[in-house]
Order: sequence, then C-alpha cells, then structure tokens
Amino acid sequence: MQRFLQLPGSVVRPGGRGAGAADQEAASPVLAPEGGPPPWYQALQPEELRWLQAPEEDTTPEASLEGPGPEPGQSQSQPLRHDDLKEMLDTNKDSLKLEAMKRIVAMIARGKNASDLFPAVVKNVACKNIEVKKLVYVYLVRYAEEQQDLALLSISTFQRGLKDPNQLIRASALRVLSSIRVPIIVPIMMLAIKEAASDMSPYVRKTAAHAIPKLYSLDSDQKDQLIEVIEKLLADKTTLVAGSVVMAFEEVCPERIDLIHKNYRKLCNLLIDVEEWGQVVIISMLTRYARTQFLSPTQNESLLEENPEKAFYGSEEDEAKGPGSEEATTAALPARKPYVMDPDHRLLLRNTKPLLQSRSAAVVMAVAQLYFHLAPKAEVGVIAKALVRLLRSHSEVQYVVLQNVATMSIKRRGMFEPYLKSFYIRSTDPTQIKILKLEVLTNLANETNIPTVLREFQTYIRSMDKDFVAATIQAIGRCATNIGRVRDTCLNGLVQLLSNRDELVVAESVVVIKKLLQMQPAQHGEIIKHLAKLTDNIQVPMARASILWLIGEYCEHVPKIAPDVLRKMAKSFTAEEDIVKLQVINLAAKLYLTNSKQTKLLTQYVLSLAKYDQNYDIRDRARFTRQLIVPSEQGGALSRHAKKLFLAPKPAPVLESSFKDRDHFQLGSLSHLLNAKATGYQELPDWPEEAPDPSVRNVEVPEWTKCSNREKRKEKEKPFYSDSEGESGPTESADSDPESESASDSKSSSESGSGESSSESDSEDQEEEKGKSSDSEQSEEESGKRKVKKRKKVAEGQGEGSSSDEGSDSSSSSSESERTSDTEEEQVEPDSWRKKTPPSSKSAPVAKEISLLDLEDFTPPSVQPVSPPTIVSTSLATDLEGLTLTDSPLVPSLLSPVSGVGRQELLHRVAGEGLAVDYTFSRQPFSGDPHMVSVHIHFSNSSETPIKGLHVGTPKLPPGISIQEFPEIESLAPGESATAVMGINFCDSTQVANFQLCTQTRQFYVSIQPPVGELMAPVFMSENEFKKEQGKLTGMSEITEKLTLPDTCRSDHIVVQKVTTVANLGRVPCGTSDEYRFAGRTLTSGSLVLLTLDAQPTGAAQLTVNSEKMVIGTMLVKDVVQALTQ
Amino acid sequence: MIHSLFLINSSGDIFLEKHWKSVVSRSVCDYFFEAQERATEAENVPPVIPTPHHYLLSVYRHKIFFVAVIQTEVPPLFVIEFLHRVVDTFQDYFGVCSEPVIKDNVVVVYEVLEEMLDNGFPLATESNILKELIKPPTILRTVVNTITGSTNVGDQLPTGQLSVVPWRRTGVKYTNNEAYFDVIEEIDAIIDKSGSTITAEIQGVIDACVKLTGMPDLTLSFMNPRLLDDVSFHPCVRFKRWESERILSFIPPDGNFRLLSYHVSAQNLVAIPVYVKHNISFRDSSSLGRFEITVGPKQTMGKTIEGVIVTSQMPKGVLNMSLTPSQGTHTFDPVTKMLSWDVGKINPQKLPSLKGTMSLQAGASKPDENPTINLHFKIQQLAISEYTTINKAIFKTT
Repeated sequence: MQRFLQLPGSVVRPGGRGAGAADQEAASPVLAPEGGPPPWYQALQPEELRWLQAPEEDTTPEASLEGPGPEPGQSQSQPLRHDDLKEMLDTNKDSLKLEAMKRIVAMIARGKNASDLFPAVVKNVACKNIEVKKLVYVYLVRYAEEQQDLALLSISTFQRGLKDPNQLIRASALRVLSSIRVPIIVPIMMLAIKEAASDMSPYVRKTAAHAIPKLYSLDSDQKDQLIEVIEKLLADKTTLVAGSVVMAFEEVCPERIDLIHKNYRKLCNLLIDVEEWGQVVIISMLTRYARTQFLSPTQNESLLEENPEKAFYGSEEDEAKGPGSEEATTAALPARKPYVMDPDHRLLLRNTKPLLQSRSAAVVMAVAQLYFHLAPKAEVGVIAKALVRLLRSHSEVQYVVLQNVATMSIKRRGMFEPYLKSFYIRSTDPTQIKILKLEVLTNLANETNIPTVLREFQTYIRSMDKDFVAATIQAIGRCATNIGRVRDTCLNGLVQLLSNRDELVVAESVVVIKKLLQMQPAQHGEIIKHLAKLTDNIQVPMARASILWLIGEYCEHVPKIAPDVLRKMAKSFTAEEDIVKLQVINLAAKLYLTNSKQTKLLTQYVLSLAKYDQNYDIRDRARFTRQLIVPSEQGGALSRHAKKLFLAPKPAPVLESSFKDRDHFQLGSLSHLLNAKATGYQELPDWPEEAPDPSVRNVEVPEWTKCSNREKRKEKEKPFYSDSEGESGPTESADSDPESESASDSKSSSESGSGESSSESDSEDQEEEKGKSSDSEQSEEESGKRKVKKRKKVAEGQGEGSSSDEGSDSSSSSSESERTSDTEEEQVEPDSWRKKTPPSSKSAPVAKEISLLDLEDFTPPSVQPVSPPTIVSTSLATDLEGLTLTDSPLVPSLLSPVSGVGRQELLHRVAGEGLAVDYTFSRQPFSGDPHMVSVHIHFSNSSETPIKGLHVGTPKLPPGISIQEFPEIESLAPGESATAVMGINFCDSTQVANFQLCTQTRQFYVSIQPPVGELMAPVFMSENEFKKEQGKLTGMSEITEKLTLPDTCRSDHIVVQKVTTVANLGRVPCGTSDEYRFAGRTLTSGSLVLLTLDAQPTGAAQLTVNSEKMVIGTMLVKDVVQALTQ
Repeated sequence: MIHSLFLINSSGDIFLEKHWKSVVSRSVCDYFFEAQERATEAENVPPVIPTPHHYLLSVYRHKIFFVAVIQTEVPPLFVIEFLHRVVDTFQDYFGVCSEPVIKDNVVVVYEVLEEMLDNGFPLATESNILKELIKPPTILRTVVNTITGSTNVGDQLPTGQLSVVPWRRTGVKYTNNEAYFDVIEEIDAIIDKSGSTITAEIQGVIDACVKLTGMPDLTLSFMNPRLLDDVSFHPCVRFKRWESERILSFIPPDGNFRLLSYHVSAQNLVAIPVYVKHNISFRDSSSLGRFEITVGPKQTMGKTIEGVIVTSQMPKGVLNMSLTPSQGTHTFDPVTKMLSWDVGKINPQKLPSLKGTMSLQAGASKPDENPTINLHFKIQQLAISEYTTINKAIFKTT
C-alpha cells in the first residue's frame, strides 16, 4: 500500500509543472534535520509551535535558494512561510502529515489562503491514514477549482476509491470527486454517478443523488443524462435515498412533474421514515405536485356548504344560480357532480399529518404549508396547534413561523382564534418578534375578543420599546377601522394618548387619528380642535403635517381655529421641515378657497415665503398653488375648478395588513418571507380545472406498491405469512428483519380488522401480544393504523347521521373518507367505486351502509341484531327532540343512543383464529350491579370448526376495577354469532380492563378501555334542580372551555346528538334556546356530572362541566369539544 | 441549499468559514454587519437578510452568530433548524459552544461540518452517527492518538446510518445499564400588575439519558396521558403507538436526548407557585422614587422554591438605585438600566424583599411606563401539571 501511495506523487513530477516538484525537492533537504520535534509536543501545541517556528523559517530558506516558487509572480516570503508544512507533508510519518494537515485546515477555516500548498497536499490524497485522507479531501474540495491542472492528479485515486469494497470509502470518493469543480472531469463524474446510482449500498446511492446537482451546476448540458439517473433513483425504495433524490430533482428538473407520478404513492408512504431534511424537501415538492394533479378541495367545499341550504329549499334549480362570488368563478366546472377527493390526495394529507408532531420546526412548517395549500377548509385547523407550539422555540424560528401565521391568519382567522393568548407579547421578546405578534393579534381581533385585545394593547403602550409602542398604536388604528363597534373607544383612547409625555407616541397617535377621522369627520370637530392645540407643542414633523392636513381638510368644522393655526404656521414657516411646509401650503390654499376674507393675506405671505424656499418641491408647489387659487388674467380656466381640485372628498384610507395576499407565495418559503421572488423559486401552480388522469400514478404490482400488495393479499384470503418477504420492501432496511413475519401478521390483522370499525386500542393489543413489531414495518403499520382510525370515524358518523340533511351529509362524507382511505380499492376498480359514491339518501338504512363500506373479509352475520332497532330509535329520538324539548319524561329512553359509541373490536378474527369479537357500550343499566357499565359482546365464528366453551378467564385488573363475567357460551358453530352482556365496573376511571377470553383450546388477551362518556348514566332533573346542583359544584369542580361551533353543528338536534353520542348524559330541559343542559351520574361513585353548553348564534360557545370528579370533567370537556368542533 | 457558513463573534470578527460549494467571499458578511449595526441588540438582527446575490440566514446563540449563505430558494426554517442543529452538535461534542472552544477544536469542527452537509444538503445530523464518524475529543483520546497514531476518524460507515434506527449507534455496551428520565416542566405566565394571570401555559420536556446495552426497546406509559395536549417527539418514538394507546414506545439513541416535549392543556387555572408584591412609585416633584418588591411562595406543596432571580428593566429616567435586599445579591447597571436580584431560596418564614430608593433624572418628569418584572425560579421534584407522572417503564433489550 505504501508503494501504492507514492503513485500520485510520482505522477506529479513528470506531469505537473516542474516548478512545483522542484520546489518540494529543494525544500526537503534543508528542513529535514529540523523536522523532528517530538510529535507529542506538536500535537499538544500546534499553534504555539507554529509561531515559534515562524522566525526560523524566515532565516533558513533564504540560504536554501528556493528556486522559482510555484507562481513566479508571488513574493518570495509567501510560499516560504509554509515550508515547514510542506516538509511535514513529505515525511513518511503519518502523525506529522496529520499535524500538517490539521494546521492547514485550521488556516482554511480562518479564511487564510493556503493555496500554495496544493502540490504538497495533493500528493497525500492516497495516504492510508484515514484522517489525513479526509483532511486532504477537505483541502482539495476547497482549492481544486483554483488549481484545476494539479487537481486532476488526484482523480485516479478517487476512481480507485470508487471500486473499494468499503462502502464508506466508495461514498466519500464519489463525494469528493463530484465536489471538485473541474469541468474537464465531467465525463468521469457522469460515469461515476451512473455507476453509483446502481450501487448495492443505499448510502452510496444517496451520495450519487447528492452528486447530481453538483454535476448539474458544473455543466448544465448533462441535464438529460442526469434526469435519467434521477428517474432511476426516484424508483429507489430506501428512505435513505428518497430525500436526497427529491432534492436533486428539485434542483435539476423541477418541471418534470411526470417523473413523480409513478413514485407518488411510494413517496407518501415512505415519508414518515425519511430523515427530517428529506421530509421537508419531499413535502414541499409534493405540495406542488398535488396542486397540478388534484382538484381544489375548497371550491367544492363551497358547494358542500351550500348543500344543506338547498335541500332546505328543496329545489334543484336554485343550485344553478345560488352560488356566491367564490362559486361564480368555478361555475364553469362540471361542478354539479359532488366533489370527491382523489384518494391520492387524501393519502398525502393523511401521511403528512403525523409529521406535525415532529421535533423539527422545518418539518412542522412544511406540513403546515401543505395543509394550508391543499387541505379542505375543515381540516386546515389541525396545523394551528403545531404552529403555536413552534412559538416556544428559538427566536429565529418564531420569526419565520409568525410571518407565516400572519399570512394564514388573514385568510383563516378562525384557525388561530383559540390560541389568541399564545400571541401575547412578553417583555423579553425581541422587537421584531413583538411586532409580528402584534400583527397576528390585530388580524385575529374580532367583535368578540376585541375588548381583551385592546386591554393587552393598552399595556403594550407603556412599554419602553418605542418602535413597539408605535406599532401598537398603528395596530389599534387597524382594529378601529376593521371593527366598527370599537371605533369610538379606540379613538378616545388614542386621543388620550395625545397627552402622553413621549413625543413619538403622540406623533404616531396623531397619524393614526388622522386616518380614523377621515372615516367620519363630521362628528369629531372636538378632536380636531384638540389636535390644533397640539401644534404648539408637538415637534415630530409627520405628526405636525398630519394635523395641518386634517385642519385643512375639515376647515369647515373648525372655522374659527383654522385661520389661527395658519397664522402660527406662517410665523414659523421657515423653521419647519419640508413635509410640514408642504402641508402649510395646502392648508393655506384650502383656507383661501373657503374663507378668503380672513386668510388672503396670510396665504399670499406663505406662498411668497415658499417661492424662495431651498427645496424645489416646495417652490414648485407654491407656484402651482398660486396659479390655481389666485385668479390671474390667463389662467382662469383652471382656477375655476380650484375648489374641486383641493376640496374634493377623499376616500378614507384602508388600513391593511402588510401580509395581505402574501399567500400567493408558497408558505414557508424564502420568497414568502421576503415577499419577493427568490432565485429558483418555483411558483405554486393554481389548481387545475379538470383533474388530470389519476391512473398515471398506478403502478404494476411487482414494481412496488404496498397497497396493491395488500389488495392482492386480501383476494388470496390468507397469504399473510407467505407474503411477508415482499412486504418488508418499503424501507428495505439493511439489517434483516427476523420479526417481519409476526409484524406483518399483526399489521394485517389490524388492517383488515379495520373493516369492522375496530377501536385502535384493541388491534394494538394484539400487536403487543404478538410481540413488538420491527421497525421496518413502521410505515406499514402506520398506514394501517390510520385506516383504523378513519373507520372509527365512519362508525361515529353513522351513529349520528340518520336525520334529514345532516344524515346524508355525514354519510356521504364518511363514505368519501372511507373510499379515500382505501387507495388500493380505488386503484383496482375505480369505476365500481364511482358508482357507489353518490351521497346516500337519508333513508338509506345504515346497516346497509356498513356493508357497503366493508371489505370483502367482513363477515355479514356479525351485523348484530342490536344495531338496526337502535338506529331507528336514535333517529326517532333526534327527530322528536326538536319537537318535544320540554317533555322530559319522553326523553330518557329515547335519548341514549345505543350505538353512540360504535362497535369496537375486541379480537380480530385472524388473531382469534376464526373467532371475531366486538363490543359495544349498550348504555343500558347492567342488571347485576348498577355500578357497572354494561358491555355487549358479539362473538362470531368464521372458522371451520365450532368454538367451544367461551368464557372469561382470570382478569388482570387494576385496583378498583371489577368484572361481571358473561355466562359461558358452550358452543359457537361455524358461521354463527352470539351476543353476551358483561358488566365492568371501571371505578370512574378510563383505565383499561384487561382480561382473558378463553375457549376450550385457546386463551386470548383482550382489553376494553371505556371512553369517558360511557362511565356515566343519564339522570333527569328539572332546570331548577340542575341550577341548584350546579351552584354546589363551582370552583375547582367547574371546568369551562370556549369553543366555536362550526356551521355544521349549530342546529339544536345536532348539538344534542353530538353531545349525547360522546357522553351518556340525559338532556335537561331549559327555557332558553341557546342553552343546552345535560346531566348524568358517574356509575361507580354516583357523582353528578353536569354539562352546560351556552351557544351564541354567531357560533361562539362556552362549555361548562361541573363535576366533583375533576379528571372525568376535564376529559369529558375535551371529548365534547372535539366532537362539537369536528 | 446552504452555500457557506460564517461564524461571527459579538465583536464582528469572522472566526470560522466553511464552504460547501464554490467559495463565497467573506465580504458578503458586510451586509450582515450593516444589519447588525442597525439593530441595536443582537436579538434584533433579522434572521433573514437579502443581499443582491445571496441571502443571509443567521441564528444567534452563545454570543455567536451563525450566518449561512444561500443563493436559491430554500425554506428558511430548513436552514435555521439546521444551524441550530449545528450548535447543538457542537455543544454535544465539546460540552460548551463558545468561540474559544471552537477555535481550539477547529479541525474537529471542520470535519463535523464536512460530514453534516454535502453540497449544502444535510447528510448526517444525528449526533450518534456523527460521533461514530468523528470521535469527540477527550483528553484521553488526544494522548492515545499522539502515542499510537490512531485517529479521531472512523473508517467504517456507521452502522446506524443504514439501519432503520439511524439515530442509534450499534454495538453499545455498558456494564451498568441505566436510564434516567428528567421530567422538566416550565410554567410560562404573564401576570398583570394586580396579580391576576393573563396567560399561563405549562410546557414540559422529558429529557433522557439512556445508557443501555444493545438495541433496547423501551416503553413508557403515563398516568394520565390524555392531558398531554400537544406533543412533539424525537424521531425514535413510534407515533402510531402513541396515537392509539398513548404509550411511548421507542428504541432510544445512546446518551442524552430529548425524548418529547409536550404542552399540558390546562383547562383554566394554572397555579403559579410564587407571587410578587411590588410597590414602585415615582413622584412628580422629587427626584427620588420608591422601590420595594417582595417575593413569596404560593401553593408549592411543601417544596422549596430555589434559584429565584428577579430582573427588571427600569425606565430610562432612573439614574441609580440604592437598594438593600433582605437576602441574596443585587446589581443595577446604570447604562442598560437593568436591575437584577439573585435571591436564591425562598424561606417562607422570612420572605425575601428588596427595598430602597431610585434616584431619577432631576427635572425630568416621572417616567410613565411601568417596569416589567421578570421572575425565574426552580422547584425540584414538583410537576406542576401533576398529570405527567410516568406510570411504568418497560425496558426490553434485544
């Protein structure tokens, strides 16, 4: 190897410039004897040593007769200074070389020029000491551009390195080779990249992806070839490569959106496992992609929003003309058919959502902008919480996030309203943050919260940070213009500020008052008078100018004072600032026109002063004004219109946020931040009018999609185990995966289990039982899980959705989400799906709906007899509700929607070897023990053999929890199903009840966790009783939460329905229509739980829960709020 | 992406530069210095400065400006986040991140930076991986290296890089296997002058120090996880598991890391464990003002309040203050008008107070702004939210 190493060195001599070589040769004999201070000494104090040696160097080389330096033009001393380093690099000792390289790198780091050492350093490129080698690389990358010829000498080493068995060496050889910006080697680089792109090691492939933009920036003619490589790498299945190749794509060919089609689904699915930086790049690319490929969800939303109304009027024709402004633009669309989100669009939204929980601010921001630009209005809200979280990060992060929040808050004010207080300003915030927060607060201010906002502003005015105070005053002005109700309050407040001691405050107030007064000048003569008085004291030019303008403009309101002000100003005219002088001329002209008797002389005086002013603007203005107002012989035509010119009514200024319309830039981008297009910014395209063909994203099964894999599996009934090999594909981890089998098993169980709208916790449990899943499966499971969640939502939707318009609405939306969550379904037979999608009418029986939503493996018999009647009763209940509000005796039996919490899965049939178990909370009192929650358990046997001896085995319960087992089921024939009732005393907690389900042969560990709303039973009381009890439960036992009801749940029965779905409470009749009261008792301790919802017609609402069980109360509030605001 | 990085100290010297693409002249920093001059304080330097050909994105930490130069559109948070990650990495490597330390370890710094970015795109940013590639300097290793000639640079690709757990290095061995979790909760409140809370929020983090052999798979569950309102996780946490079961399941990185940070949804009131009584008055006629503050505990559940530091920015009109604290030490900087009082522990029997007079500018009218009082304190062994107790932890090692 040592001999090997000399190779490049020997190349230097014949090939390179003789000078360089001679230089080294000459240098070495001289310094050789001296080159031996003990190595440890050098290592410890390189810096000192360097300085110590410096003087010596100056003397010794002089004698040695350096010969011509590498560059003859350079001064003698310059190259000589590094002789010791050269000497060290030439030795055979690695430690010396290392030392030398370290010092050289330190020079580079400090920005010192070390280029003359190039020949000496480049020789060491093949040094076998890896650290020396690395440092040489650092050096080479830094200086190769300047000394291209010499750099070429190192190429052969890298070419050898590319063949090294060690992947790290291959990768770093490629890295350096591609970083040397020498145009001559472009073909070599191209070759190397192509080779590395098909390397076995994903790490090397990643490096190849990185090399692509490097080569592109060196020689853009290679684009076509590079695109081929990108295309190849895009098909790569490893998470390691994904981020890097998308980055290369963005830099080289962002316009080739067609390359993404085939990889779209893969990228969406891999996303969660890609490293953070890759996630950011991929998400922002996918945002652009989605904008070109999918239809806008918002334009159709306006359709949806209007639908209930239309149903109300009942005429189809209305739909044609009804549309508001937003729709008018989209009317041309084939909009009549209901909007259906492309499943791929949904996939993207679904797979990015968990990334809002990322620790990286950049990722969170990327997801936030994706949601902002792509998600339907109703879903955008989820990003608010995450963005607010980022406000607790470093101030630079806050700065960027606040800019984006400011833009978003203009478009979607409601999104951030609940977090208003998070934008309150802290005295420790830097000024720029304060001003941005102020901007957000102003954007968020509305009729309801303006009092609190103004109170905050009042505090800010007393701040010591004057820039901030000025911004606050402007913010008050903006609030006043936007919210008419508080205009007078604000104006009064601002007038009070006029007596502030700080001149800046006063000046800013004047400017803002001026703008406000323009809106309604007539009523504010007093304020104008007050302002006129201020001219004596106030010195800030802008403020003086504003006052003068105001007096001039509204001189009719202050006929007595105006001439006097002009008199004073004429006196001090010469000492004024230019901007003030201009306004004095204006004032004079206006007064002359309205009140020439008193002011003629004054005006003439002012104009003559202005005529000889130093500033030509003022001279011009004076000349112009004189011609206009003073009638002269020839200029009569214009002066007749002088009054119209000067005293024309002027429109009031609009105080607008500077962040308005900034959202035409992609949020989170540099361009958005600067509000100017940055180099290389890719415009966010508008939504297409017509959706491009979605089938381009379909991929043949073997190529890769998890979805189609799964689909296939489902068809084949039970290939779970055999398929696990191909399944571990998505992340293609380097380490083999011994548990993939069990993991895929549990995953598939959870996935197919989702068909029965199982609860998450259950499928999760099986997973635990099966042993933990290996990580490579993470994304897999992830999507499986997500699906489960979706389904659950569906179930809820059905629970509530059975009455009139709401019913059809929710069921159509649920079927939509259903469809979208099943990409594979869509993929295979999109047409059949289309047929199923039209929104089901209200009369569609829900049971049927379930089977429609179901996957093939759902066993029909398990649609239990329980559900149909209860559904009827719910719908009846809700129908009746509107009619019989005060009829309390009627309510109880009907109001508890049995299917409130839909069917949850206890045991999936795969995990249960053919035995599938579901449970529902029946909400009926458990006969054995009133403290117990009664749980209906549905068994169905889908195996070939009868299952015998079903019973509950030894429960492992947390303290306090007890179970009343169901009677043993002796036998369950194949295909048969049975229902049993068991009681569980949860002890008023949401702890999990774990128990075993035993058959004759097997035992299954299962668990039930109750939603908090199931831990109570309704009680019925009168309004007075309710109030009395509520009075006892104040203070700590009262939990209040403010919320905004979405438009969809403002009507009585929907609110009631939503609340009762979440919690098993009884409605308490009450007099006022905006108030809803519910009461219940917890099952175990019998503590009262009182829930009050006070809804305003505007949608703002306040939820109060009174209960001595604080934990239950808190959780209940959370659940109810979630249900209501969904 | 990121073109170059300049490290600038508070006196405006560029003491380190690193280029990942072609060299960008350091004169580009002049635009930065200009902006720095315009902003009176270091915190007020805008994080993004456009210049004719480049954009400068900077973060300010440990009295050092980290200025990244970019040329094309990049999400600004991408760069800012990366710069913060750089600082964190330095801190991890050297214990502190300061100018002298960086200068002393310039070669390691350079090697680390080289690994972190390739052509301006982040390559390896996990400290576990970086530490395998470039070993952090320790005294022992320096000595060993000089004697044996071995190096700080690893010659094998870190195994973690290729695995599905890129944050953990492999082959970890400990004789004592231990894992520590610190639950740190911060309460952040704005209180008006009458003492009523305007906003208060509880944020918490769980910092972990895990020293376990092999590939441990840990599970943590909480007493009442539902109250964790908003969480963000280290990438190692299995998100879907949290989604469904509210259980933290993860393969931890080796060493110190932040497992999660959360926000507690405090429905209404957060009990603030201290109160401040203040009496600050300026009189119009005289040039003296009175100043008196007392700090006392409130609802601390028997825990002592420690590390109390009171700072207050006094109005410009205040020339000097003569104060006597009942305990601790205080300083007043007449230039910045910053009063700071290091109180230490609060003894509930004898409440600490700071009394005295302020001398105001003669002739000037009384300042009309109220000084803001910032209070920092620490309470050990008390979780404000009380909900975040870790219920059980399961350690599985494979």
